[in-house]
Amino acid sequence: MRKLFRHREIQLLVAIVALTLLIALRFPVFVTPSNLANVYNDTSILVILALGQMAVILTRCIDLSTAATLALCGMVAAMLNNLNPELPVSLLVLLAVVFGALLGGINGLLVWKLDMPPIVVTLGTMTVYRGTIFLISGGKWINAHEMSDAFKALPRDSLAGVSLLSWASILMIIIMFVTLGRTTLGRSFYAVGGNANAAVYAGIDPGRTRFLAFVLSGALSGLAGYLWISRYAVAYVDIALGFELEVVAACVIGGVSIAGGIGSVPGAVLGALFLGIIKNALPVINVSPFWQLAISGTVIIIAVAFNARAERKKGRVILKKAEVTA
Amino acid sequence: MSAVENVPRTIPDRLQGRTERALKSWESLLFVVMVVIFIINSFASPYFLDPWNLSDATFNFTEKALVALALALVIISGEIDLSVAAIIALASTLMGAALQFGAGPWELVAIGLVTGALCGAVNGWLVTGLGLPSIVVTIGTMSLFRGISFIILGDKAYTGYPADFAYFGQGYVWWVFSFELVLFAVMAVLFYILLHRTSFGRLVYAIGNNQTAALFSGVKVGRVKFILFVLTGLMAGLAAVCLTSRLGSTRPSIATGLELEAITMVVLGGVNINGGSGSILGVVLAALIMGLVTFGLGLLNVPGIVMSIFIGLLLILVIAIPVLLGKIGRARKAG
Repeated sequence: MRKLFRHREIQLLVAIVALTLLIALRFPVFVTPSNLANVYNDTSILVILALGQMAVILTRCIDLSTAATLALCGMVAAMLNNLNPELPVSLLVLLAVVFGALLGGINGLLVWKLDMPPIVVTLGTMTVYRGTIFLISGGKWINAHEMSDAFKALPRDSLAGVSLLSWASILMIIIMFVTLGRTTLGRSFYAVGGNANAAVYAGIDPGRTRFLAFVLSGALSGLAGYLWISRYAVAYVDIALGFELEVVAACVIGGVSIAGGIGSVPGAVLGALFLGIIKNALPVINVSPFWQLAISGTVIIIAVAFNARAERKKGRVILKKAEVTA
Repeated sequence: MSAVENVPRTIPDRLQGRTERALKSWESLLFVVMVVIFIINSFASPYFLDPWNLSDATFNFTEKALVALALALVIISGEIDLSVAAIIALASTLMGAALQFGAGPWELVAIGLVTGALCGAVNGWLVTGLGLPSIVVTIGTMSLFRGISFIILGDKAYTGYPADFAYFGQGYVWWVFSFELVLFAVMAVLFYILLHRTSFGRLVYAIGNNQTAALFSGVKVGRVKFILFVLTGLMAGLAAVCLTSRLGSTRPSIATGLELEAITMVVLGGVNINGGSGSILGVVLAALIMGLVTFGLGLLNVPGIVMSIFIGLLLILVIAIPVLLGKIGRARKAG
């Protein structure tokens, strides 16, 4: 039993259930199946982005450009739809994913071929991608009436009572679960983040692996871009501004180590759900939505403190005093 | 045989002479870039070479540069602080709140500075006291500090700052030299002395180059880093005073994205993002370059968001070009 509780995923699951029950005590409406499905649907995009971010963080990198990639891909999809409403939506989705992968590939190439620190690269591309949206759109909004009905309807269509948006995130969870756990690529993400030198001796190219992680993250951001734009039925420059931090937060809460090599798909998903529940519960329990930012900040700090305790390597203390002052 | 032994063998103390080293340094490259941008600007717009216009241009970067000076030290020591813009927001919000209780200009300044230092202390304690990675901690405190501003202000704004208070962001010390510019110059000198002329500055480099070695050499790594975070918070508080005074109002979204521009300045200034090297002169030159670029583009009616593309590209190119040149050089030698 105690062993079970050491798993971050179980701790988080208990926390989520406790949080939900606490809200349910006062507001039973919150736990009706339809509302819970709504909460999940609302969190789907965060889940998809967190999965991509996790792959990048596993390789000891960070992708701060996810939100900008999302917005740029979404804008491109919306503009194509606006210019030519006859284009099939499935093609637009595919284009958004490919374009996202391309943008992620730029990040990855800079990190791989030029050995640039990922945080600097993605800070730079974040502003460049965001600015590009302004350049291509001229700062104009694309509103609901300028998008075709099929374009807007896709994430809302339901299959077996669950919206396609939710299905998309569930599909991505399954794909990432299999990729990270059962494929050479997935295992090499862990290997590179855990010990890049050892990974080289095992025949893994760390640079190439990081590149692929960035491509994966970009592709998922591209998909999320289409889903975001079509769900909210509006596209403009500042869409999802600052959302990358929420994505990193979801990963950290889910037990993904910022130092690389540690993390799991269920953890990242639960981390995203935790944030999603807080976000959706605040209006229900009559707390001003302005509290959300401060609450997620506090949760991030607590979560990273937990992570650090779990990761602290047990080693021999040689200099007791030095250890204390450090 | 003996003749060979008798030839005195000398090994130069430095592989390059002092002047040669200075000429090949990152700072001199930045200086050349700055001069080039200055010349381009003066040809591109007839309004550029006007002392008052140039003076106005300095307002573009002084607040960010104040933060960048302290941030440079944090980054040299191998840490990072992403929460500086949020600290500015919180400090400005609390100054606005104090204003509602009738605080005078000097009390406002004190509140701004103390709030900044306290926020920095929170970061410092989380990083050094609990041993957490600074990048995640400051992403967390970034949400927390700005979140508190949002809780206090919501969608409202504080306005009506007293006329005396306007001096810090709008006043002129002498002729075209604004208070902000003079403040930045003084701070740049102080930080230059701190980093390059004191033992504390050497400790910062030592920690950034090899934290474990520094620890085993008896450096109080935790204490130095804690001081650096408090210093960064303090400078963010100072920037908050200037910015609030200049804008004359406080919204919770004030200074959004300033942390990215400050980090860009630091990295453009030649500070290694992984810690261990960098100079204050470089950061100052980078600040001037960014100020000139944004001002020049502004005179040409380029919108702010397009300028941010230039800044983003500048950040990437500045790091990528030396690496690319190095690779080409090595390939030539090998070939």
